[in-house]
Amino acid sequence: MDAEQIYDGRTSLSDAENWLALGSGALLLLVGVSRRSLVGALVAASSAPLLYRGITGRWPALGNGFTQPDSTKTALSGNRGVHVRESIRLEVPLPEVYGFWRRLEHLPRFMTHLDRVSERSDNTSHWVAVGPAGLAVEWDAEIINQVENKLIAWRSLPGSDVVTAGSVSFASVRAGRSTAVSVHLQYAPPAGKTGAFIASLFGREPSQTIREDLRRFKQLLEAGEIPRAATTA
Amino acid sequence: MRAVCWEGTEKVQVETVPDPVILNPRDAIIKVTTTAICGSDLHLYNGYIPTMHKGDVLGHEFMGEVVEVGKENTRLRVGDRVVVPFTIACGRCYFCKEQLWSLCDNSNPNAWMAEKLYGYSGSGLFGYSHMYGGYPGGQAEYARVPFADIGPLKVPDTLTDEQVLFLSDIFPTGYMAAENCQIKPGDTVAVWGCGPVGQFAIKSAYLLGAERVIAIDRFAERLELASSQGAAETLNYEDVDVLDALRHMTFGQGPDACIDAVGLESHGTTIDAWYDRAKTSMYMATDRPHALRQAISACRKGGTVSIPGVYGGWLDKFPLGAAFAKGLTLKMGQTHMHKYMPALLERIERGEIDPSFIITHRIGLEDAPAMYRTFRDKYDACVKVVMKPGVATYE
Repeated sequence: MDAEQIYDGRTSLSDAENWLALGSGALLLLVGVSRRSLVGALVAASSAPLLYRGITGRWPALGNGFTQPDSTKTALSGNRGVHVRESIRLEVPLPEVYGFWRRLEHLPRFMTHLDRVSERSDNTSHWVAVGPAGLAVEWDAEIINQVENKLIAWRSLPGSDVVTAGSVSFASVRAGRSTAVSVHLQYAPPAGKTGAFIASLFGREPSQTIREDLRRFKQLLEAGEIPRAATTA
Repeated sequence: MRAVCWEGTEKVQVETVPDPVILNPRDAIIKVTTTAICGSDLHLYNGYIPTMHKGDVLGHEFMGEVVEVGKENTRLRVGDRVVVPFTIACGRCYFCKEQLWSLCDNSNPNAWMAEKLYGYSGSGLFGYSHMYGGYPGGQAEYARVPFADIGPLKVPDTLTDEQVLFLSDIFPTGYMAAENCQIKPGDTVAVWGCGPVGQFAIKSAYLLGAERVIAIDRFAERLELASSQGAAETLNYEDVDVLDALRHMTFGQGPDACIDAVGLESHGTTIDAWYDRAKTSMYMATDRPHALRQAISACRKGGTVSIPGVYGGWLDKFPLGAAFAKGLTLKMGQTHMHKYMPALLERIERGEIDPSFIITHRIGLEDAPAMYRTFRDKYDACVKVVMKPGVATYE
């Protein structure tokens, strides 16, 4: 048996939050029902959204069933789409940080939802992500802007399953002693089956997902490895 | 291999678990020759630290022999005899470079958990809950040590395991507590808690130039140790009013620095201690900071309160007003182990201190569950327990 099989412990953030919602929802319900009064009824009723969130993993919301166009221009311009912005600071020289990211094949080493990225010669690339059920989603993207040691920006190509665009910028900070990396990621909100699948890739809290990706990026470049603990249970 | 596992509040068992394997390039596997139960393990035993899982291997004070190294680990060799620091640090992030080793950015795989609770995460720790990384601990026959090219300290064969083992935590922890007091010649330092960390804080305060050290506890054997080994003046808080006594002993001035070597499960005889006990037993409070409140009240104006004792949550009735009014400096945190270990090893080699003086109990691994209770209840004058995983029962 190899190490991967024995040691494969991962705690899900959203699981913890679901339990928290379920727990506090149940508590409210209990408190509300046990007080046979109007206030009690109101308290009990207030548990509904928490219970819904606890059970389904989603906050109750009004329907969002429309289909997005697959062009990044129409789906993501202005305030449209989901925007995620996260940054991290590393004690690694700027050119090394930029150089590592620019090789898009490196991205799956710290972006856990990506299976592989292959670059083509014409500034386009093919992306494959694999979700929890082992289903793969693939899309093509192109680099639309690139300034050495400063910026890389990309967007998905029309015809893709995924409508996404993003940029990562690099800056030397702390009088040149550290490097800051800032990611701005956009994607069209979930719609239909594929949409739900995409949403599961980015997680229910996309900014947390990106923050964890960036943390692993920093660990890989600074420490040379991503820390892991063996599970014992 | 056999390992001491946490099974729930007040439940510790020795179990057979998979042997550790190399997971990362900078790892090493250590065959544990000697390990210890730490006072902070009792916070886990008593169920005060969240995110412990059933079956977690305990222990963060251990040493042993290197039996395997990862491919990037060029500093250690199979056969090296090493003491392992309880904090795990990468050595390359901002915090490690600033000598703030216990705040390493890159060693906690579950940093997000600590971030939810504290805003930012400290380093990973061995055997100390999933919030601190979920790393299996060293109360076992073998242990995997991450970033082993930077942490473990090689020790000379001229020193015994018992002389160097406490470099893994409590000696540096007591030393940093004293260093945080910024002791000047002529200073008086008061130390709450005469457990192992308190004993090392007393010794370290003298090593760093304190003129007087006053030790506070209620157990005769611990006060005796502070007096005979540490050369401290002692106060039994069950017999005297500590604030009054300290005021008299310092001619109305108050101690220049106060060390809280007790932490979140403080016992006390005053009204606030009973209040803490009632609130924590009803899950309405997380910590019982009685000793810390007293240290803040006792400290002279402009003095320093140094806190090596562990705290985990949101403190109730914390006298920040007193700390503010007197312009106190508060210093605290997990020990920056890697910064202190080499220099403290030198002090041991020079004969300035022999840390083995605190050991009262020696056991084999299988005796651990019973000994957790003995140590927690301070039966049998228990101050410090060391374990030999290589033997089932110590003779």
